[in-house]
Amino acid sequence: MKPLIQSAIAILIVGFMMLGIVWKLEQGSASGTTDSITVYNWGDYIDPDVLKQFEQETGIKVIYETFDSNEGMMGKIEQGGTNYDITAPSEYMIEMMMEKDLLLPLDHSLLPNLKNIDPYFLDLPFDPANRYSIPYFWGSLGIAFNPTLLEGQTFESWDNLWDPSLKQRVILVDSAREVVGMGLNSLHYSLNSTDPDEIQEAMDKLALLTPNVKAVIGDEVTQLMVNEEAAVALTWSGQAADMMNSNENIDYIVPEEGSNLWFDNFVIPRTAKNIEGAHAFLNFLLRPDIAAQNTDYVGYTTPNEAALELMDPEVVEDERYYPDEEMREHLEVYRNLGLKNLGIYNEYFLEFKMGLQ
Amino acid sequence: MNKSNFRPWYMIPYMIWIAFFVIAPIVLIFYYSFFDITGAFTWTNYVDFFKSTYLILTINSFWYAFLITFFTLLIAYPTAYFITKTKHKQLWLLLVIVPSWINLLLKTYAFIGIMGLHGPINAFITALGFDQQQILFTDFSFVFVAVYIFIPFMILPIFNALDQLNPSYLDAAKDLGASGWTTFRKVIWPLTLNGVKSGVQVVFIPALSLFMITRLIAGNKVITLGTAIEQQFLVTQNWGMGSTIAVFLIIFMFIIMRLTATKEIGGKKHDKVK
Repeated sequence: MKPLIQSAIAILIVGFMMLGIVWKLEQGSASGTTDSITVYNWGDYIDPDVLKQFEQETGIKVIYETFDSNEGMMGKIEQGGTNYDITAPSEYMIEMMMEKDLLLPLDHSLLPNLKNIDPYFLDLPFDPANRYSIPYFWGSLGIAFNPTLLEGQTFESWDNLWDPSLKQRVILVDSAREVVGMGLNSLHYSLNSTDPDEIQEAMDKLALLTPNVKAVIGDEVTQLMVNEEAAVALTWSGQAADMMNSNENIDYIVPEEGSNLWFDNFVIPRTAKNIEGAHAFLNFLLRPDIAAQNTDYVGYTTPNEAALELMDPEVVEDERYYPDEEMREHLEVYRNLGLKNLGIYNEYFLEFKMGLQ
Repeated sequence: MNKSNFRPWYMIPYMIWIAFFVIAPIVLIFYYSFFDITGAFTWTNYVDFFKSTYLILTINSFWYAFLITFFTLLIAYPTAYFITKTKHKQLWLLLVIVPSWINLLLKTYAFIGIMGLHGPINAFITALGFDQQQILFTDFSFVFVAVYIFIPFMILPIFNALDQLNPSYLDAAKDLGASGWTTFRKVIWPLTLNGVKSGVQVVFIPALSLFMITRLIAGNKVITLGTAIEQQFLVTQNWGMGSTIAVFLIIFMFIIMRLTATKEIGGKKHDKVK
């Protein structure tokens, strides 16, 4: 009898203590807003020295947390109970977050360094006039391949992936937009197509790719390519850069039919408590010297034009990372197709995966 | 405990627990399964489930769960049997259980290395003079890794059942002229069937909705209902459809529980075996 009462009381006490801790945490962080900001970013996506430098220069303490998927990040912000001042969604997620009213508009007067960004990357369709976001890094979707494991196959076109000599050798990324988009691109259709006939045609073509597919996986692909376990992979330029850093044999190209142009952007979510500090942080990151240092660490492609002059010319002239304007013409940004179309893409993708043997 | 001492409010902590962590989640899943992607009430999720895609997925899931359970049982039963025959059976049992203390994800990643083209298995195959084999990302690797992971969970209940088996039954069977096979078929197997059923439950049910291994080891070439649920919740954000699949999984699991329910005839059997 006694243990039972005790355990009932214990459960209640633990429950109330947790409530208390949550309340205390929210209180504590709310009161400490003036001298700290909370940044919610992708893992390993900023130079830690940059954060330290920012703290030294401004006296604002940076609390840094990471996420590993756009959807997970949005879920956490939507549920509330967090106080992130800055986060870094991809372009389609910005549209979704705008729809759900999760973003605060930026005050451009507090961001004078925005002038350093290449105008090509400003005022993009997903966020006209950059009301909510500034671009952080950008890149493409393409084919990473390891010539030492191949027999002289080259990759200029998406169609090269269908080559019978690549049986069981191609790794695809486990994401519907990318795989279906590749099918659409290979037929010279827009990767934002919502035309059922076009999507069906792309899926029919992708069904013919299945003998060549070795696996459909996520971030593990980097390790498989580096270990020369796989020869060809559909991947993002940033991930390809990681692969090439660890294994010099690997090369990366963007097929001529065109491909996806992606952006990771900084935004200030509704949960922000220190809006002024968040702007100071964004403006700091836009400074050419800081952007150059950060890009050097992360290894992705920066939209900061002024920073390019301070960087290693060999990197800046590398067309795999910094494609020229003609190449960029073929690249297309994902639009938010709405949940319904996203559902259709995913349904097709599920069927595609079920067809794999 | 004497009946007159019983106070219903002893149950309160357990009731709270069950209400919050058992009943509430199931009710929520049922609730969400009636909404479409825009948040409107609908029955279509249940209609959609009977479209070919999800039916094939269901059959796929059952087929792989069956294969996994079958091979796990095939390995676990003799292992459990031989452990009961060893001198230090608790030590041997511990050694079998120890791998299940290691994090599942860690073990799965280890298999990526072991089964890879440059891994030890392929090194062995090439040393024997054969060509490199693609082992990773096949149905074989999937079933193999899943069986490896589930074996301890199958061995435990079977071991307990075998361990409680009264050896005088075996002597009696022998004295009455039964062969080794007949003894197993007529005496050992029926008396340990409850252990086997519990083992099948703890293996088959989780195997139905495995999803992480399908991606890491099978490279999504094996797709189960677990994969579909993950995709509906995380990518498509169609919680309604995800919940509907989960509802069907709950129904399937309930059926399996009923089929493998251990029959207790007034506790008579147990008294005798003990």
